[in-house]
Amino acid sequence: MHLEDLAEQAAQYRNEEAHIEREVRVCVAASCQSSGSLPVLEALKSACDSRGAGSCKVKGVGCMGLCSAGPLVAVADKDCDLNESVLYRDVTPDDAPDIMAGVCGAPVERLRCPTDQPFFSRQHRIVLEHSGLIDPESLRGYIAVGGYAALIRALTEMTPADVLREVTTSGLRGRGGGGYPTGLKWSTIAKMPPGQKYVVCNADEGDPGAFMDRAVLESDPHRVLEGMAIAAYAVGASKGYVYVRAEYPLAVERLETAIRKARRAGFLGAKVADTQFAFEVEIRLGAGAFVCGEETALMASIEGLRGQPRPRPPYPAESGLWGCPTLINNVETFANIAPIIREGGDWFASIGTEGSKGTKVFALAGKIKNTGLIEVPMGTSLRDIIEVIGGGIPDGRAFKAVQTGGPSGGCIPEAHLDIPVDYDSLKTLGTIMGSGGMIVMDETSCMVDVARFFMEFCMSESCGKCIPCRAGTWQMHALLDTLTKGRGTRADLALLEDLCEVVRATSLCGLGQTAPNPVLSTLRYFRDEYEAKLLPDA
Amino acid sequence: MPLPTPQPNVRVVTLRIDDRDLSAREDETLIEVCRENRIPIPSLCHLDGLSVWGGCRLCMVEIAGQGRLVAACSTRVAEGMEVRTDTERLRHYRRTIVELLFAERNHVCSVCVSNGHCELQTLAQRCGVDHVRLPYRQVPYPVDSSHEMFRLDHNRCILCTRCVRVCDEIEGAHTWDVMNRGSDCRVITDLARPWGESETCTSCGKCVQVCPTGALVKQGTSAGEMVKDQHFLPILARRRHAR
Ligand SMILES: Cc1cc2nc3c(=O)[nH]c(=O)nc-3n(C[C@H](O)[C@H](O)[C@H](O)COP(=O)(O)O)c2cc1C
Ligand code: SF4
Ligand code: SF4
Ligand code: SF4
Ligand code: FES
Repeated sequence: MHLEDLAEQAAQYRNEEAHIEREVRVCVAASCQSSGSLPVLEALKSACDSRGAGSCKVKGVGCMGLCSAGPLVAVADKDCDLNESVLYRDVTPDDAPDIMAGVCGAPVERLRCPTDQPFFSRQHRIVLEHSGLIDPESLRGYIAVGGYAALIRALTEMTPADVLREVTTSGLRGRGGGGYPTGLKWSTIAKMPPGQKYVVCNADEGDPGAFMDRAVLESDPHRVLEGMAIAAYAVGASKGYVYVRAEYPLAVERLETAIRKARRAGFLGAKVADTQFAFEVEIRLGAGAFVCGEETALMASIEGLRGQPRPRPPYPAESGLWGCPTLINNVETFANIAPIIREGGDWFASIGTEGSKGTKVFALAGKIKNTGLIEVPMGTSLRDIIEVIGGGIPDGRAFKAVQTGGPSGGCIPEAHLDIPVDYDSLKTLGTIMGSGGMIVMDETSCMVDVARFFMEFCMSESCGKCIPCRAGTWQMHALLDTLTKGRGTRADLALLEDLCEVVRATSLCGLGQTAPNPVLSTLRYFRDEYEAKLLPDA
Repeated sequence: MPLPTPQPNVRVVTLRIDDRDLSAREDETLIEVCRENRIPIPSLCHLDGLSVWGGCRLCMVEIAGQGRLVAACSTRVAEGMEVRTDTERLRHYRRTIVELLFAERNHVCSVCVSNGHCELQTLAQRCGVDHVRLPYRQVPYPVDSSHEMFRLDHNRCILCTRCVRVCDEIEGAHTWDVMNRGSDCRVITDLARPWGESETCTSCGKCVQVCPTGALVKQGTSAGEMVKDQHFLPILARRRHAR
């Protein structure tokens, strides 16, 4: 298949829909579904049919970001994006007639959610460019917005080395937490001797408060498959796995549909797009163990073994699945690939900061007005994200801290809110970007409690293989429990700090090595809260 | 004149461990080189002849120029490496790890059949653990006496998985495995059925011999009696791998 054929398919599809002028888009991602968007979709569809209006189409789309206001419905001229649409919030099926009446007439004011607010206008959507616009179950819908053109371009006009060069130029760093340069990782695997190689997409997403990867899979699954196929071509792999947690049934279902349709259309399979390149993708379900997001544990799990990490080196790039070179990247990392091939690595590198290029998707959660998903350029300040885009703290309360990076990250106090969000700046504050979860806390949160919560998570998620993590997190949790109850002594605090150091330095994998971070960072900025809870010295 | 027989292509590297210049084959791990040269490295999960596990973290060493510590059992030697095996920091970490083990289950040596013949006990003495700073976890675990020859006491188990590996890799029975997560981990036989009902166990006793503590013992032994013999392991392992 050539690019012209693909363009023709896209044109044909657009032609079939030429009579459609306005679209009514209903979010059918997990968040809005849980607040009842499916009945809304049905009601709108029948309201549309009964009006017999041929120029309007009601369709289910992916996440629009402002999950706290769901179910969300957007009414827009075809080809117009979210910012240009009339957005309705908290929609119920009873609102359907009014909404349909407003499609061509005056918008329904009582339901409106302004799209000129910073939450929408300050975003820069690359990964989420199709999210909330296209039907995630429609391959043709994806092709109509330019989908799979990057893959065909890579296969027909570029050598694997060209692809590697673009990805390296882009400066893209892994979005799964570590921030390892993606181009460098890809070239390492490409340089391994030819033979069986694998590409793995890490969609385990075990961090509490994170749902970026879920949203991408539910909203634009072909995007991820396209990124994986381009990666496979670049590194010389012929087989891919997507490791998704079983708690994401909707993401799994949409991914399955996408794989089936992509295979039938020839974007996956023996001769991808009529070239000599072959690439098969399979889904593997994870049973919801946080440690299975760690790459060596994830691979053990795919192989059917107990999901436990093993010492590295050897790294997966050298010896991964069944001993073969294996490329493992995060969902969001793969979702960045098609636009990089489409627009070029230099374009991507012009967005973001010196050391962190592009955009990052964050999941805003906790005590913040607008909870949901945002995508902003790297380097946006935390204050902008929380106060402007996130709308600040509700109920007139004061901001206290924001936790970034999930259980491996740390808490940042008010004094540092003006820091630009990028991999390296966050590290200087003793936290990390992680996969992009952001939990905002107001003045009512007790930071010792927060530390205990994360330690409880690490304790129960420890795989149990190595002693410092297995027994150390248990002891640290017990100490934090004593402290929060006001029964701790100065000696307990000293012991806690000592254990932080031992567990960090000696644990086998990232889980144990980073488990002390929430404790260390709350001690760093909120030590007085720990001290205030101590028993008086004997 | 006969041509010299070609040597397998393994190079030799030189490295420095605790200020001693040593040479090693490039495919050797640090723990192997240390053992050859009688440099003591504490370990509980590693055994010559079994696959590398890397779970006890007692063998951690410092390498010059690297911020992170590495486990000697899972780290290959490299040319010019400078290694420290016995610094103040390492001694403190090892001591803490042993304390964590003691506090995790019930290790009351005075009533243990392995008293005096236990690797954990010996190691604790070597690491200077004269008391435990951490509170004991105090969870009573069951004892499985259903096997006619052997006994399993979970309260003494440190989850080193030597039994799992020897049974799988040397005996070929794969009777043992680990279930649960975190501190709730337990070794199990078959699908968590009593050992005595196991359909895979050949009663060879290898697991009992390699167990470093009093967790796996012979039936009928009383306090202080259970002596273990592991010299069979490297010999069997070499024969297996030669095949
Ligand atoms: C305990 C633990 C959990 C992890 N969970 C995830 C996860 O859920 N998703 C993910 O993409 N990466 C996760 N990672 C990071 C991965 O191991 C790996 O670095 C990443 O998938 C590489 O992809 P990237 O280069 O695209 O970031 C986790 C790491 C650790 C140590
Ligand atoms: S650090 Fe924790 S999760 Fe990682 S191997 Fe050790 S016990 Fe398992
Ligand atoms: S006695 Fe032998 S076969 Fe039985 S569990 Fe132990 S090692 Fe395995
Ligand atoms: S029973 Fe013995 S050999 Fe097996 S894991 Fe426990 S301590 Fe190790
Ligand atoms: S001997 Fe190296 S970790 Fe146990």
